[in-house]
Amino acid sequence: MRVSVVAFFKKKRSRGLVGTGNQDRGILVFENTSEVIQAENVLKAKGWNIRVKGPPPEIRKGCDLVIEFPLIEELNILRTLQEVNVSPLQVVPVNSPLLQPVDLFQTKDFGRYLMVRAANMKLTVDKETQKIVNISGGGCPDVPYLAREMVGRPLMKAPIPREIGHTLCGYALQLAYEEMKRLCLPS
Amino acid sequence: MLAVVGTIPEEDFPLVTGEVCLDTDSIRLGDRRVSVNRGTPALLAAAIRTGEVLGLPLPYAYLVGDIGLGHGSRRIYEHLVRDLPDSRFSVLTFHYLQPDVDWHNKVLFAVEEMNPRPILIADAGFMYAAKMSGQSNAYELFTPDAGELAFLADEEAPHPFYTRGFILHDENRVPDLITRAYEHKNAARYLLVKGGEDHVASKEGVHAVIDHPVNEALEAMGGTGDSLTGIVSALIASGMETLEAAILAGRINRLAGHLADPSPASQVIEVIAHIPRAMEEVLSKVGYRDDKISSEKASPINPDMTIVDILSRYRQTEAVFKQYDERAGVCLCCQALFDPLKEVAHRYGLNLAKLISDLKVAAKG
Repeated sequence: MRVSVVAFFKKKRSRGLVGTGNQDRGILVFENTSEVIQAENVLKAKGWNIRVKGPPPEIRKGCDLVIEFPLIEELNILRTLQEVNVSPLQVVPVNSPLLQPVDLFQTKDFGRYLMVRAANMKLTVDKETQKIVNISGGGCPDVPYLAREMVGRPLMKAPIPREIGHTLCGYALQLAYEEMKRLCLPS
Repeated sequence: MLAVVGTIPEEDFPLVTGEVCLDTDSIRLGDRRVSVNRGTPALLAAAIRTGEVLGLPLPYAYLVGDIGLGHGSRRIYEHLVRDLPDSRFSVLTFHYLQPDVDWHNKVLFAVEEMNPRPILIADAGFMYAAKMSGQSNAYELFTPDAGELAFLADEEAPHPFYTRGFILHDENRVPDLITRAYEHKNAARYLLVKGGEDHVASKEGVHAVIDHPVNEALEAMGGTGDSLTGIVSALIASGMETLEAAILAGRINRLAGHLADPSPASQVIEVIAHIPRAMEEVLSKVGYRDDKISSEKASPINPDMTIVDILSRYRQTEAVFKQYDERAGVCLCCQALFDPLKEVAHRYGLNLAKLISDLKVAAKG
């Protein structure tokens, strides 16, 4: 019996499909075990897919337990913890605990308009009216949602990404928003 | 047929599937209407406009509401795992979805069960998941912007938010970032990098830089990347080879943007409205020769391609080769898998022009 060439390649490729495990997970580091337990209870009660585990060797701060969580949902999880006054000391990706959130901004002046980019998110404001005229970039589903809620509103009256966003894209937009406020608004 | 998987920024928007049409400034799927401002509706609107010019059927869509909580994305992933193995699409484009490595891999397994296997395009959140899963090479095309390219180039970063500073720099380093992304196997077969200049690249290097017309306002406008992905998806669904489609899509999107005469406050629907006119100009090759492209690489099926080359790009052509087995008197895929078409035709007395024509028809799906 002749084996289909396409089936052969398909089989070969399928064998290579092995999940890498924890690439999309993050770690919450707390001051003490009591906070870990409190955070675990809150997050599990809200239905998050989390795990309590020992910390990786790179983590020097905090207690000897950490919470592993879906990294993409960092913004939403931090907000949930803030509501019960349990904030982590550190939030880091599982695979590379030494990585830091982006702190590099690109700014582009279009004359009347000013654009600030943080990581994959861009925020553009009309300098005369301080109205948000565009939000672009980002690939998480809260980006179109954030754009719908924020575009067309003045910078100071628009909803804040940290409060209505849910993902790391929302977090990046928050950084762009803060930088924009720093550039546009009197201190 | 093109199928698009994405989300709508409304929490209670149900999971809907089916053909999508454009109705003035909204897309319509059954009795559901969604205004086109950015995101997956913008991608679909651009694909529909492109398809109208090319005479393509309406795209099929899998849509669900998701505002970043991930609930809708997980529902659509679950649906895809059940639905895809029995579905037939020539191109499958994944868009704004909550990145989730486990679900990504389950969906990719479902794709592998499809016959024929569709050409895979990933943008936005699903592209992040593809990179994180280490499965970028399962994809024909990624369409990152400069920030996302830096993320692909950073082998450590699990999300653009964590891209390291020494990698995340200005666009002048795009070719370096492309090289780094391929070195670490974090890029699809082709990359279409959106930006001040659009770059079309593969592991062989940058094939084309599309830098005109220039309209800086487009960088600020939400949805212009979505429209680009919609255009290139439709062009590939028309049977066009990916390299050629990516270059043309870059030119069409830029020209449509230019024709819209935008400011940084303009909305993407204004760009999408100009796609048909931009396509007419670009496809009639006004200014097209200026691109730095090798015509040999951009050709679709040609006499110098081997059977295995063609099968790996267009799985559905296997049936054509089987049809020619009887005329050749041998199993072509068994006896001549690594031979160029022109040699195969000469050796077995086949009409080369007819064979190529039949293969092109099959490749269009």
